[in-house]
Amino acid sequence: MSKAATKPEFALMAEFRSSRELLHAIEQSQAAGYTQLEAYTPYPIEEVWEALGQHKSKLPLIVLIGGIVGAFTGYLLQYWVSVINYPVNVGGRPLHSWVSFIPVTFETTILFAAGAAVLGMFALNRLPMPYHPVFNVPRFALASRDRYFLAIGSWDPKYDRRATEEFLLGLDPFEVNEVAS
Amino acid sequence: MTAPGKPPIVAPGHTPGSVTDQISSIVLTRMPRWWWAAFGASFALVMMLLYALTKLVFEGTGIWGLNIPVGWGFAIINFVWWIGIGHAGTLISAILLLLRQEWRTSINRFAEAMTLFAVACAGLFPLIHVGRPWLAYWLLPYPNTMDIWPQFRSPLVWDVFAVTTYATVSLLFWYVGLVPDLATLRDRARQRLAKITYGFLSMGWRGSATHWHNYETAYLLLAGLATPLVVSVHTVVSFDFAVGQLPGWHATIFPPYFVAGAIFAGFAMVITLAVPLRTLFDLKDFITIRHLQNMGKVMLATGLIVAYGYVIEIFMAWYSGNWFEEFMILNRIQGPYRMQWYALLLCNVLAPQLLWIKRVRSTPALLFVVAMFVNVGMWLERFVIVVTSLHRDFLPSSWGMYAGTRWDWAIFVGSIGLFLALLFLFIRFLPMISIFEMRTIVPKTQAREPDEVSP
Repeated sequence: MSKAATKPEFALMAEFRSSRELLHAIEQSQAAGYTQLEAYTPYPIEEVWEALGQHKSKLPLIVLIGGIVGAFTGYLLQYWVSVINYPVNVGGRPLHSWVSFIPVTFETTILFAAGAAVLGMFALNRLPMPYHPVFNVPRFALASRDRYFLAIGSWDPKYDRRATEEFLLGLDPFEVNEVAS
Repeated sequence: MTAPGKPPIVAPGHTPGSVTDQISSIVLTRMPRWWWAAFGASFALVMMLLYALTKLVFEGTGIWGLNIPVGWGFAIINFVWWIGIGHAGTLISAILLLLRQEWRTSINRFAEAMTLFAVACAGLFPLIHVGRPWLAYWLLPYPNTMDIWPQFRSPLVWDVFAVTTYATVSLLFWYVGLVPDLATLRDRARQRLAKITYGFLSMGWRGSATHWHNYETAYLLLAGLATPLVVSVHTVVSFDFAVGQLPGWHATIFPPYFVAGAIFAGFAMVITLAVPLRTLFDLKDFITIRHLQNMGKVMLATGLIVAYGYVIEIFMAWYSGNWFEEFMILNRIQGPYRMQWYALLLCNVLAPQLLWIKRVRSTPALLFVVAMFVNVGMWLERFVIVVTSLHRDFLPSSWGMYAGTRWDWAIFVGSIGLFLALLFLFIRFLPMISIFEMRTIVPKTQAREPDEVSP
């Protein structure tokens, strides 16, 4: 907290011992009018992101688009090669022999959709991100072990350095830390 | 969670913290002495592989036993064998995830790694089999000065797309699964180099609710995409044979029977690796008897499908009334390669029947022995399909015999060395059990703490 005087902090972060306590803290913070909340958990917990009001991810749409693009790419590539650019007559069989184009079309569909899923997930999560203020809290390393964190951003309209800290301390956390920016 | 009498998925007494510490400590502490010996031995085999490959590049495929009529020998046998082994990883990760089989959690990570390394070994063989591996990129469609394009009506071109897609998607799936664990290692590592490396690879993962939400969606979608993919890959591999007109290859049973064989071989390899690893790294709390039993059951079920495939091949040879088909089967049973066929029946049909006995399924050593039989048997199956079909085809004047040379064997054994060396490096540097997924299932498998929410 020594640096607080020089630079405004990023957030205040409370540490909890269980997911139940974290969920309770989220409810209380929302009831108290805080909106800029973010929770950190060691494993995915659906109740947590539901409580924070995230109901739908945009990812399925991105993957669908990736799959459609992949299907068209695969099929049109084969059509263009086999019918337009490099037609090969094999025993009088039709150039546009669509049945034998299915396997490659299927594979490119999966390939593009899977690529869209991975790149889309990283993009929506704003990763890679080499620096983030939450790592300034030493105990945050436990977020990847067995502790649950709730951060209230300093840009929250209701945020006040002292009042918010007191509010968080009232939620029975293990500790409350200031997140230097 | 568990019915009485069934062994648990995770041994009692574990918490998210203890799971994290135990699995990450394997990577973050020194390796035991046996690891160096084992890695050294497999690395020596990699050197042998490189030597044999150099010889191959300099002298050409003439150093192999290939000739007409048997133009597909060890290279194709090994390719199909490895790609089959590479099916269990994605099956365990994707299909068992969608089926909500929670026991998959402790074996999916190294099964996926095994998949990647097996696909890498598989990919090696078609590349060297083309004879001039430095021109292997001709397989891909790209605009070139020769103005020629691949023939998209050929299963061999489908194979290129299927295998490259499978390798790419398996890699993505594996990496996405690793990201939260790389972050865990970043937070646990003490050495600066380890911190930086794991930090770089984890891309700044924070485990926020937003992260997890998108992550879970992505993982589920990838599983949904990988499921049809895994079925398609071995189907396309079987088309390499089934679309040909050769008796012994030209069979409609091939796609389902190849896919079942792939799962059979893959689970055998997972058991082959899981049994020693759980003892050597003291992971019996996480890879329990329950996992071994379940894998034994999957192996038995897919083994029966494979046996059904063998029976149908014989039946169709008679039922089709085709002279050449009938001769092919009789040649398999009585011809010069009959010993391989009998050995194949012993390994793939008789040995797995032991898995009906519960004591065999729950005894790691016995399960390991059965799995080794299946590993050998699946290689023999591909040998029988490739060689006995080719060596005596329609014209007796063009019959011949085939045997691998020492270079064939050196490359095959060397590829096993490559697989093992990659696996040992993986164990050294990455968590072989998915840590965050173990954290997820621990609250569910332990006696419920009153203040815990099950995820």
